Amino acid sequence: MTVVPISYYLVLSAILFGLGVVAFVFKHNIITIYMAIELMLNAVNLAFVAFARAHNQLDGLVFVFFVIVVAAAEAAVGLAIAITIAHNRQSLNVERVNLLKF
Amino acid sequence: MNIPILLFFIFALLAVAGALLLILAREPIHSAVALILVMVALAALYLLLGAPFIAAVQIIVYAGAIMVLFVFVIMLLNAGVEERTNWSKVAKYAGLPLGLFLLLYLGHWLARSFVGGTVANGSGALATAQSTRELSFLLFQKYMFPFEATSILILIAILGALVLAKREP
Repeated sequence: MTVVPISYYLVLSAILFGLGVVAFVFKHNIITIYMAIELMLNAVNLAFVAFARAHNQLDGLVFVFFVIVVAAAEAAVGLAIAITIAHNRQSLNVERVNLLKF
Repeated sequence: MNIPILLFFIFALLAVAGALLLILAREPIHSAVALILVMVALAALYLLLGAPFIAAVQIIVYAGAIMVLFVFVIMLLNAGVEERTNWSKVAKYAGLPLGLFLLLYLGHWLARSFVGGTVANGSGALATAQSTRELSFLLFQKYMFPFEATSILILIAILGALVLAKREP
């Protein structure tokens, strides 16, 4: 049985990471920006699993596990910050959070 | 065309379509649904790569817990259509070209470093049904300290979220 080359997974991972960067730069809504970060973390996870498969080492999967845990913690704190900003500014637009902007 | 490559392309297309939908959607809730599509497609790819435990964690934690949190906050804040403001000049003229450049650069080097090299063959530690068992040994023996450290990280995150989301008295 022939199988999928690892490079296919890596290219898909690169495409997803690039789209995540584009979404991060172009989105105005703070919640959507957090989603773009999650998309980038997912792309990195795919690369981790692909490399773990390529080298037949399970350590990469453990790191995927840790990335998921850190992403969960980041989402919890980040969304709490989003709620605070929405209460203070009556808007989710990051362009309106410009108190420290030069 | 054999079955694994066909499956790979189906789920890869689903993932890329979901990511594009995330960028193009105007409403945050549509973006959230698109992100769930990406995560489910990636979970299927993890199964294809022979990592069933990671696929299950992906579905349960990412598509389950984290995205429910996102949807919950979207509903709580009643986030509607993204309002249009004047674009940042940097985002307009540098963002898209730089994003595309990063994509092509990463894709080029990642593909080049593995072209004709290693392929996922059905042998080794990952391919066996024991992979979840091996993973648990690794997690609770070799990576015991990072595992405990993440529990402290989660505790701190819970406290931080509580402090931040609490209304001022």
